[in-house]
Amino acid sequence: MPEHRMTHDEILSAFTHIVRDLLLDDSIVLTMETRREDVPYWDSFNYINFIVAVEIKFGVKFKVADIESFVNVGAIVAETAKMLT
Amino acid sequence: MRNEAQVTNMLVSLNPSLNDPVVATRSATPRCPTMSWLPIAPDFRGDLRAALDAPRPTDCLENLASLASFRLGFLETIQIDRALSRLGLKEAPGFLPIRLAILASSTIDHLLPAIRVAGLRRRLLIDVHSGAYGQYRQDLLDPTSSLHQFAPQTTLFSITAREALAAVPLTATAAEVDGTIARLIGELRSLWRKARENANAAIIQQTFINVTESLFGSYDRLVAGAPARVVARLNDELCEAAAQDGVLLLDIARASERDGLDAWFDAGRWFQGKLEIAPQAAPLYGDMVVRTLAAHRGLSKKCLVLDLDNTLWGGVVGDDGLEGIILGEGSAVGEAHLALQCHAKQLKERGVILAVCSKNEAGIAEAVFREHPEMVLRRSDIAAFVANWDDKVENLKIIATRLNIGIDSLVFVDDNPVERARVRQSLPMVAVPELPDDAAQYVRCLAEAGYFEAVAFTSEDRQRAEQYAANAEREALLASAQSMDDFLRGLEMSVVFGPFTAVDHARIVQLINKTNQFNTTTRRYTSEGIADLINLPSALTLQFRLLDRIGDNGLVSTMILRPTSEDEGVLELENWVMSCRVFGRQLEFEAMNIAVEAARRRGAKAFIADYIATPKNHVISTLYQSLGFAAVNGSATRWFLDLEGYMALNTQIARAGATIHAGAQDDA
Repeated sequence: MPEHRMTHDEILSAFTHIVRDLLLDDSIVLTMETRREDVPYWDSFNYINFIVAVEIKFGVKFKVADIESFVNVGAIVAETAKMLT
Repeated sequence: MRNEAQVTNMLVSLNPSLNDPVVATRSATPRCPTMSWLPIAPDFRGDLRAALDAPRPTDCLENLASLASFRLGFLETIQIDRALSRLGLKEAPGFLPIRLAILASSTIDHLLPAIRVAGLRRRLLIDVHSGAYGQYRQDLLDPTSSLHQFAPQTTLFSITAREALAAVPLTATAAEVDGTIARLIGELRSLWRKARENANAAIIQQTFINVTESLFGSYDRLVAGAPARVVARLNDELCEAAAQDGVLLLDIARASERDGLDAWFDAGRWFQGKLEIAPQAAPLYGDMVVRTLAAHRGLSKKCLVLDLDNTLWGGVVGDDGLEGIILGEGSAVGEAHLALQCHAKQLKERGVILAVCSKNEAGIAEAVFREHPEMVLRRSDIAAFVANWDDKVENLKIIATRLNIGIDSLVFVDDNPVERARVRQSLPMVAVPELPDDAAQYVRCLAEAGYFEAVAFTSEDRQRAEQYAANAEREALLASAQSMDDFLRGLEMSVVFGPFTAVDHARIVQLINKTNQFNTTTRRYTSEGIADLINLPSALTLQFRLLDRIGDNGLVSTMILRPTSEDEGVLELENWVMSCRVFGRQLEFEAMNIAVEAARRRGAKAFIADYIATPKNHVISTLYQSLGFAAVNGSATRWFLDLEGYMALNTQIARAGATIHAGAQDDA
């Protein structure tokens, strides 16, 4: 596989797919500013599910401190991008 | 350390439906158990959405069950479960509904989707009840709890070792540790009893994953109070207690050793939400739970059907010749194929039937079994040997018919992906493991699939292979006989019979719960339920062994009769099963003769019996009619027999009841 560094937009797009799959709702669109409470049914249980799905998909592990402090989707995108470098 | 290419491959294999670019990373990566025996879905995301487009909910359910048979990761499992819950079906034709309660001391919400989805894979519609974690004692003891109202058929104890570890100080002596463990296991046993009293539920107990960290290093093993040592001891004692109490085990401790602890336990998840089992292990956990549920209901596979070329040996015998195939010592490939043979041989020793289904000249294929010096499997190990150039789908049907087992009892092992795809397509009820390209991984793939999950290992299992071989001899006898009567007379059959006894307890439970064809009501009984019957004077229980001049067929039939509540002179034949091994030998007639005699001795005047039709027991749809029962109100399901007017049926089976005292329960 050629070396390819994902952009923030590509990561965001992958996150949108994950949340759509997780909640089985193709109408969901995430933005960098989206907060959990903006998405119906994205409760704390599905938040952990989302984190796990991202970790598996991207092959990364978030620190417990980060998981507790992410303020919006953009923060998760940024942290993911950081771990991928 | 994995290199980047490996990490990328792992991700792709886990998440085949996601085509977005994936970049390898140098940070820590999550470890995931994979269910490598299941094929990868070509387009999961599209297939799932298409599955939900079917017009009727039951069609959607069928589609979801098909999708569940693919290799699913954590996220795919959640999606299927969400789709399933939207259907809102409590029952559906062709699916067995099961109520499962889970009593847990950690968070298990993330495991429930995987249990339901694994249920779909085996055509079980599982309704899961879980209380608040850590509340299981109260739920069991409080008769008004939602657990009691749920009335589970099976109760799973999913508890961690943390409580036990807190009770053992590091400085405890060996005797103190023993005492604490004995007390904790004793408490657990009383909870098992409680769960049984409440609902007569079967109990599954999960083993303790050893998530402890080392304190002394290797020396942990020598310190009685060291946490790692305590958990190991707990598991030993737990298994001992489970064996004594007839509790089924769910050995996730072993699975976590196999996959690596990191695949099953993630300290971060524990701190975040008290998840003892890591979410990425959920799909496998669910499959393991459902294997146990299925095994308990007699739904484990029974027969391993093996391809030959490039499966049992390397190369193609038709092209390469007997000398040219690769098998045995001296070649890594040859040893890998030999390892599969050894595994199959061991499965045979534990009671799995072996068959061969190969595209080959029969004579050439059989010659390998007879003449190749490296063969571990011999021709006599194979109960049904089919080698020809016909479609394997038809040959698998022939194998099932010849062995007199359901086609859904077959596991088909073939290295050829085209054959596998064809069989999956035409016979979705046959299990077809996705054999890896590397022959060295064949055994692991087959073993990890858990097709032959067992809940007992009885003397019947040990003898099954010989009994199938003896049956082949009987078939030869039948072929040479002038008539059926002639054949039956020539067999010199005799029956040994008596009430249920403690000695035969395990086999009786197994026979009743595994028998699907000759099973009048398909009512299932727990180990305790049968134990209770042994000690219940009002019940009339009978077990039958059939012997003939070729051998002992073993304990092959049981009957359970109880007085009806309206009239104790009328006995209800609430369950009657017979092993398919002895169909067509007139045993059902002689068994009825014996039951009538035993019932008359206790003063009964009539039998009442149900025939409850299932997809599998059509073979006995006219049984009661042939035995002289009368249909109650013209129904085909409820039957009546007047014992006074009963004329003993003529059979070729002699009575040899000396070893077990004949007759009713109260004679014993």
